[in-house]
Amino acid sequence: MDVVINGEHRQVKSGTLLELLAELELDPRAVVVEHNRKIVRRVGLGDATVSEGDAIELVHFVGGG
Amino acid sequence: MTTAVETIRDEPLTIGGQTFQSRLMVGTGKYPDMETMVRAIEASGADVVTVAVRRVNLDRSKESSVLHFLDPKKIFLLANTAGCYNAADAIRYARLAREAGFNDFVKLEVIGDEETLLPDVAGLLEAAKVLVQEGFKVLAYTNEDLITALRLEDAGCAAVMPLASPIGSGLGLLNPFSVRTIKRRLRVPVVVDAGVGTASDACVTMEQGVDGILMNTAIAAAQDPVAMATAMRLATIAGRQAFLAGRMPKREVAMPSSPTKGMLD
Repeated sequence: MDVVINGEHRQVKSGTLLELLAELELDPRAVVVEHNRKIVRRVGLGDATVSEGDAIELVHFVGGG
Repeated sequence: MTTAVETIRDEPLTIGGQTFQSRLMVGTGKYPDMETMVRAIEASGADVVTVAVRRVNLDRSKESSVLHFLDPKKIFLLANTAGCYNAADAIRYARLAREAGFNDFVKLEVIGDEETLLPDVAGLLEAAKVLVQEGFKVLAYTNEDLITALRLEDAGCAAVMPLASPIGSGLGLLNPFSVRTIKRRLRVPVVVDAGVGTASDACVTMEQGVDGILMNTAIAAAQDPVAMATAMRLATIAGRQAFLAGRMPKREVAMPSSPTKGMLD
């Protein structure tokens, strides 16, 4: 199904946010997830289901001043 | 035989209940490579290190998290809201940063203008109030305006961070009077953030009596960032010690240092 991850359309398998991170080969401890503008805590990633058209932001810390 | 360097005993810097040994805080942006960044941070002696919140690069070939190179057990990660141009965005970034799970501190930036990167103080105050309500320890990046600084303190900010000069400009401390005034009038710590270009700028800034200084480009964009980080560490200490020592009064005429009596005929 089609979702928007970090501003770009992407085809992903249906499932939870935790499964999505695994599909993207991302360590859940190393990213913060925003699902349709709501932050999802790490403990809740396995309970949140991804639906067609969802907007997902995956962020982390980078160098900055 | 060793010689002890005598320095004036100083209180450690405490912000939002957290105590820091160094009065120098450094950023992690714009380094030529990560190894240089790590060595420069170590040379700076800083225990507070700023980071930015950005999207993960999904193809992951180009960049990775700064946390692959920094140990959050050894340094205090201070997330910023750099790049945010309104209160709502800054609040969103701050919440995301806190969710990373390290601490509830945020270096709050709400930028008002792309050319100068000067703060939007209305948006800054608005965001500060919301974030303080949500339990954040807000360190507010602001201009060197006393009234805004007072309002930020009233809003509950843990520290106020007036600029020395625009971000990345390297122009040094342009308005020492205003920064001194802010320091004199605020109860919360005042940490000068942005604009320092070289070690003398850091020293002059600390001589104003402010509690700390934060810089990024001055170190990262130096020809030798590690050497500049060492210089900044020493300059920060030198400026602080000079402030604590209390400088001599300025005078417009000379006064001889050597005796005027005992001269030969």
